[in-house]
Amino acid sequence: MFKHFIILQWKSFWRSASLTSGLFMKLFIGFWAIWVIVMVVSGGIGAYFFIEENLNLDPLDTINRFLIYWFIFNLLLRYALQKMPVINIKPLLLLPFKKKKIVSFAFGKTIFSFFNIIHTFFFIPFSIVLIQNEYPVLNVLLWNIGLVALIYCNNFLNIILNKKDNLIFIIGGVLAVFGTLQYLEYFDITTYTTPFFTTLYQIPFLSIVPVITLILLWIISFRSFTKDLYLDAGLASKTNTVKTENLDWLNRFGKTATFLKNDIKLIKRNRRARSTIIVSFLFLFYGLLFFTGAVETYDGPIWRIFAAIFITGGFLLGFGQFVPSWDSSYYPLMMTQNIRYKEYLSSKWWLMVIATLVSTVLASGYLYFGWEVYLVIVVAAIYNIGVNSHIVLWAGAYVKTPIDLASNKYAFGDKQAFNMKTMMLAFPKMALPMLLYAIGYYAYSPYLGYALVAIAGIAGFAFKDAVFSKIERIYKTEKYKTLAAYKQTK
Amino acid sequence: MITIYNLTKIYKGNTVLNIEHLEIQKGKSFGLVGNNGAGKTTLFSTLLDLIQPTTGYVENNGIKVNESEEWKSITSAFIDETFLIGYLTSEEYFYFIGELRGQKRPDVDALLSKFEDFFHGEILGQKKYLRDLSKGNQKKVGIVATLIGNPEVIILDEPFANLDPTTQIRLKKIIKELSANPNTTILISSHDLIHVTEVCERIVVLDKGVVVKDLVTSEETLKELEGHFNK
Repeated sequence: MFKHFIILQWKSFWRSASLTSGLFMKLFIGFWAIWVIVMVVSGGIGAYFFIEENLNLDPLDTINRFLIYWFIFNLLLRYALQKMPVINIKPLLLLPFKKKKIVSFAFGKTIFSFFNIIHTFFFIPFSIVLIQNEYPVLNVLLWNIGLVALIYCNNFLNIILNKKDNLIFIIGGVLAVFGTLQYLEYFDITTYTTPFFTTLYQIPFLSIVPVITLILLWIISFRSFTKDLYLDAGLASKTNTVKTENLDWLNRFGKTATFLKNDIKLIKRNRRARSTIIVSFLFLFYGLLFFTGAVETYDGPIWRIFAAIFITGGFLLGFGQFVPSWDSSYYPLMMTQNIRYKEYLSSKWWLMVIATLVSTVLASGYLYFGWEVYLVIVVAAIYNIGVNSHIVLWAGAYVKTPIDLASNKYAFGDKQAFNMKTMMLAFPKMALPMLLYAIGYYAYSPYLGYALVAIAGIAGFAFKDAVFSKIERIYKTEKYKTLAAYKQTK
Repeated sequence: MITIYNLTKIYKGNTVLNIEHLEIQKGKSFGLVGNNGAGKTTLFSTLLDLIQPTTGYVENNGIKVNESEEWKSITSAFIDETFLIGYLTSEEYFYFIGELRGQKRPDVDALLSKFEDFFHGEILGQKKYLRDLSKGNQKKVGIVATLIGNPEVIILDEPFANLDPTTQIRLKKIIKELSANPNTTILISSHDLIHVTEVCERIVVLDKGVVVKDLVTSEETLKELEGHFNK
């Protein structure tokens, strides 16, 4: 019976719009996937020696100390990025499958998710190094089993949490509070959690605890999903009562307002679009890795620009790359209406500018690390608004992946938000400002570097009209191809 | 109003549309019938410049649709649900289309009030997004939205499908009223021969992309059509 499911999955994967669209994209994704794996494996090996030699601490203890953050952060990341188990369930309901089979297959798929596998690439090399350094094999092995069980606990927790919208903000908030308290040395949660992870190692057979938790979570999520396999339960579309909103205050933006009003509703009312806001909020904290010196490789001055671009540009990068894909589900309508492309584009542009400005204000917390750090952020914000906003829209004009906005309606639906591809496509956009800064930094001083990046940003404004015209031409020449690509909903 | 010149569409060696010349007069109601795959939707999509023809071109009010966009301000269409914005409520959608077509909110409200019967209390003030409406109700929204801003050309693909009997009768009345206006050209496709003969002044039968019949509607038309499809 599983054979049928697997064949269906196989076909839906290879026949999907995004995969059939381009070999280049496949190669690109493949390349980044390998790169990430290599980085994680070397991280696993390097962590041991780094902690032992540079920090003079016990590697296992140190890792145990931070595991709690690892797990909570992992859960957050999953919530934002991991795809929920999706199979086209409705047509299967009447076929002679046991419902349990359908659910087990949907769950089984998640086991091989990137978010589960990637940990193995860290922990296995790390454990091998541990064993080589004469840590007892059995203990290390069972410690590993415990951790793997915990990772999969996260997997199912995520499935359960996905049914509740607000819980995740509470977890995120708790993580932020404890993280800050620990950094400011008021309260250290790890003193309470470390013993738990350490006992997993010291008393080997205690690994049974996470394993049992895992089984319980599996049963809970399994039951709740099996129970929901009805057209008017989990498979029903959630209809909330909603209010008509006029958003008349936006009319001051003139003709752009027509689209701006729509775009704001788009973001508010579609989870897929909303998640760009959540991700950009998370990116606000990305700079902590750099400016606290937490990660040594990031201490180089050039990396500051890299971090700052992400801090202020999370929304810009996440949202902008998918213009016009956000409107894919009603693209034929847009193409038959009397629309000025420039007004349409400038609405998206204003959204990105506003989001960047808001991020810049929120990022003022970085003043804690000194005004120079904040200067980098402001400079990066100028560059984002002046240059990246245009590049992102330009690149987006070539992206023809349809976005199914309505997909969040079903319990089994494609709840995921935002995918890894998006972030991978973002990296090239970092190269230029880093280069500009490097030239200024090494030629004269950091301030010349900042000045160069800022000047590039301001100069970017001058090209706004030219870039918009260029994008308009792309829209026109690619119109039929885009319409055809958007017809495929998956 | 609409003229088609040497229009063909070939998909991978399959000719799905082949119309040498077809002229649709201004102010007429034009019906298009044919079995599945006859090319009805393809024809409408080429009229709207959503599909690029392999050869030939379409003129709308003397404007080549693939060269200028001027025809868009006088044309409106509802082909399928990709013409609806799922995350808007009905009112928001009507106002959005209104703004695009240069209509103020009171104008839109005035137009909508004429269709209260047609909506049957299931469209306005529903506190639901369009994506959560039933297929029939979505269709009502789409059809009425094409009437905003007094377009000169209205294209409706399968407007009767998914509608309940009461609404079908009301829609027929609406279409007849529209076609009484000498400035409004209306194009309809349908699988329902009775409906088409009732509302259209001229009916064209497509078969595998070719015009096989071109009839001015009379009392005999329904019989002739039934005879054709009963072969």
